[in-house]
Amino acid sequence: MVLNSIEKLLEKYDNGETSLKEEQQLKDYFAQDNVAPHLESYSVMFQYFKTTKQELYTKDVPLKPKKNFVYQWISVAAVAVLMLGIFIPNVLGGSDSLTLADLSAEEREVYFQTKEALAMLSSNFDKGTSSLSALSNNFNQGASSFNALSLASESFNVGAEKASYVNKLGSTTNKFLKNTKNK
Amino acid sequence: MTQTDFVKLVMPFKDKVFRLAKRLLVSNEEAEDATQEILMKLWRNKQKISDYKNVEAFSMTMTKNFCLDRLKSKQAQNLKIVHSNYQDHNTSLQKEVENRDSVDWVSKIIEELPEQQKIILQLRDIEEYDFDEIAKVVDMNPTAIRVALSRARKTIREKLTNTHSYGVK
Repeated sequence: MVLNSIEKLLEKYDNGETSLKEEQQLKDYFAQDNVAPHLESYSVMFQYFKTTKQELYTKDVPLKPKKNFVYQWISVAAVAVLMLGIFIPNVLGGSDSLTLADLSAEEREVYFQTKEALAMLSSNFDKGTSSLSALSNNFNQGASSFNALSLASESFNVGAEKASYVNKLGSTTNKFLKNTKNK
Repeated sequence: MTQTDFVKLVMPFKDKVFRLAKRLLVSNEEAEDATQEILMKLWRNKQKISDYKNVEAFSMTMTKNFCLDRLKSKQAQNLKIVHSNYQDHNTSLQKEVENRDSVDWVSKIIEELPEQQKIILQLRDIEEYDFDEIAKVVDMNPTAIRVALSRARKTIREKLTNTHSYGVK
């Protein structure tokens, strides 16, 4: 009875007319052990289908989030700007330096005024430096007199030493005198 | 779409993509490369994924086209894809060995089928797609699919019965 219906299903199956449900029925039938011997070839087929379905894809897929290329280009742009900054003044800057002749009368006047003001400032600076140098001269004098003082103190020390010799001499003469007295 | 969303979306059918690729390309490594390529393509176009009605069917179509292209280019180079998926299964029982051999035999028979039939058989008998889905993937009408499927099934069984009755492999 079961075999009969399976055979019918197989015929439909061979003609490609079975539904998925019916195919599942066939698969279930051939998954068990006691299969009719004349259906052995089907059993091999279904077994193959079953085993193949268990095959899995195990490799990892390297999924990288999309790189933002804008950031990479920003560095390129920065370098370009830098290079332009270095080269453009060299290439263009040489030609447009101004001379006095290029200026109008008014501009020239302003220029000279500025120059005068700056000269005044610098002369004041000079005064400041001269007074500073006078101060430093005084300092030097002080330092030299200090040196003289230290020299004097040194000679004083020498004198003191000599005085102590004199003292010793005095004490020995005293002892000598005592001895002669005792005699 | 984040990476986890994408993985969730792709997870259910990545094995099917791999199996279809392997059905067509035979070699394990080639199939792995193809699967990776397909998944990378999907990932690159992830903004457009939501526009597709059926991502799975779309991916299967992509896989089919990719593998067929691959085969074509290999043939043009006069190179055959050689597979080296020989595995050593130590099975003690004679019966198991025999079954294993027959099962390998099935895969060899399927290898000899025309590409179209291979794809249809793969999608129907292994992945259990219904005819409408298969129609989307292979771009054929259901009747033609049924015919191709019937032919494939009959060929396999015929060859199998021959092997069994002759007892030679």
